[in-house]
Amino acid sequence: MIQLSENGYYGSFGGAYIPEMLYPNVKELQENYLSMIYADDFQREFYYLLKDYVGRPTPLYLAENLSAKHNVTIYLKREDLCHTGAHKINNTIGQILLAKKLNKKRIIAETGAGQHGVATATVCARMGLECIIYMGAVDIKRQAPNVARMKMLGATVISATSGSQTLKDATNEAIRDWINNPVDTHYIIGSVVGPHPYPDLVARFQSVISEEMKNQLLEATGRENPDLIIACVGGGSNAAGAYYHYLNDLDVRLIAVEAAGEGVYSGKSAATSILGTEGIIHGSRTLLMQTTDGQIVEPHSISAGLDYPGIGPLHAHLITTGRAEAVSVTDENALKAAFELSRIEGIIPALETAHAIHALEDISFKSSDVIVINLSGRGDKDLNTYMEYLDKY
Amino acid sequence: MLNRLTKLFENNRENLLTVYFTAGYPKLDDTETIICSLAESGANIIEIGIPYSDPLADGPVIQESGMAAIDNGMTLQVLFNQLTDIRTKTQVPLILMGYFNQLLQYGVDKFLDECVKTGIDGLIIPDLPLMEYEQFYKDKLTQRNISISFLITPQTEESRIHKVDALSTGFIYVVSDSSITGMKTGISNQQISYFERIKSLQLRTPQLIGFGISDRESYLTASKYANGAIIGSAFIKHLKDKNEVDNATADFINLILKP
Ligand SMILES: Cc1ncc(COP(=O)(O)O)c(C=O)c1O
Repeated sequence: MIQLSENGYYGSFGGAYIPEMLYPNVKELQENYLSMIYADDFQREFYYLLKDYVGRPTPLYLAENLSAKHNVTIYLKREDLCHTGAHKINNTIGQILLAKKLNKKRIIAETGAGQHGVATATVCARMGLECIIYMGAVDIKRQAPNVARMKMLGATVISATSGSQTLKDATNEAIRDWINNPVDTHYIIGSVVGPHPYPDLVARFQSVISEEMKNQLLEATGRENPDLIIACVGGGSNAAGAYYHYLNDLDVRLIAVEAAGEGVYSGKSAATSILGTEGIIHGSRTLLMQTTDGQIVEPHSISAGLDYPGIGPLHAHLITTGRAEAVSVTDENALKAAFELSRIEGIIPALETAHAIHALEDISFKSSDVIVINLSGRGDKDLNTYMEYLDKY
Repeated sequence: MLNRLTKLFENNRENLLTVYFTAGYPKLDDTETIICSLAESGANIIEIGIPYSDPLADGPVIQESGMAAIDNGMTLQVLFNQLTDIRTKTQVPLILMGYFNQLLQYGVDKFLDECVKTGIDGLIIPDLPLMEYEQFYKDKLTQRNISISFLITPQTEESRIHKVDALSTGFIYVVSDSSITGMKTGISNQQISYFERIKSLQLRTPQLIGFGISDRESYLTASKYANGAIIGSAFIKHLKDKNEVDNATADFINLILKP
């Protein structure tokens, strides 16, 4: 059984390694999150907003051309069709309702690809709360359309200029903001990372993905369970949502796709499960890329959402126990897969998601298998990057 | 059994000046010079920061000094090597401040043994949970006579303050304001009433006030409500671009201590 312990550990991963300044806020969440999010009125409002505002359930689409190419049955779980264009909004809807219950007036968040930033700015606009988004200076450049969207939605975008100026540093800055504003502010973390209870909280909000998959697969195939579920892993929230209701169904293979960057051993990679060792990042004990001296290593991926030197503690547990299989896909192969999906299915995926698509080339399966790929987001935000490669693919 | 830190508190409980600096900054080999100069100029306790790539509780000044120190080649092993002979030079209480991941990667037991060998008296590890300390590390520190200081903030509940009091064996680090290091200067009335509240609890463990203490005035004000104060970012800022760190250090401490 995969289960969270009372103190917030999956096996030996998780916990809450935070400076005292964060303790009251984190403890308030730990003590209240389950009773608050499972209250009847919360659940009613959450599902209402997911349906009429986000557009759920998202389709489970039989990708016939992709299936034919790989000689297997492939369904795409269309999280790209969510309002704002990615799964991230499932979590921000839940967390904004929680922030309201906690009487918070100000929302902060970190973002890499900008999808979580846009999803946070969106729910803040909808609920009338102040919104501050931290984003690495490098990511502000490569995900410019999402920066513009956040601003249009009324959010303040603050550039994180420390370290590698990407997702890790944006997360550091958001945590520091929370230390400086301990009373009126809620921090909407964008993935299944951070101190307990965040990994569990975010996984529960994202679990709507696999909840829908079970019903949709039953209808489409007569079976609730696929043979494989493939998802990309930055921090791991879309993967956690897609795996959630299958974690204890051992007949379902769980494939976690990480970013290999320019090659796992090139020195420019974000393949945490291979390059990482056990340690602490952003308040959680998990696998992370670090030096022998415990300094966190700056990762690299062409995709801002996977450019993170850690993975959520749930994934560290799933991978180290063998429950999930980790695969890594290079920048180049992700680009190739993005163009291929666009050309044969008419779907332009996010660069993060493109890694999951390419994993079809990197794993073995039987032709009778049913595979679900979690199509975590759409590629509009990545068009600048894609256009640079238009002649090549 | 007393160590240099607990012995200091036995004899002296007023206006204790603690100064933080980042090991390996401004230059890799400044560690011994800064420690000796601080001690000679009159600092009572010295807090040596182990530079970290991702110090969540620290503001830009300490972050930048840490990155510079790492670039200079500072590691935990280099630091312990630099401290090998420090006890032939000074008996000032020395504290190491670092993040828990650094200890985990070095190996906690090996880290504590090196502390004993070099003569480190106390530790501050801001992200080590109280419960984890109590369960796994308390006995190890006690056996080696190494003190530990936990933090409290304006938001810390009274029941937890008593827990911190029970577990801290050096002093309690009273964080002066809800903030990361080096953000604010000066002390507000609101902070004074928080200091008074903590003082009125009559805690067992001595208390030092830190964060936002930057000059003689804030040092003296804070010292009225606790056993002394801790200066960090202001000192690091002062060291920036200084070539003669011993003189620069003495100048800084003179400004704090001399009327
Ligand atoms: C479309 C998309 N997929 C995946 C991710 C990676 O995040 P996670 O691993 O939390 O799903 C992101 C993050 O920005 C994203 O925008």
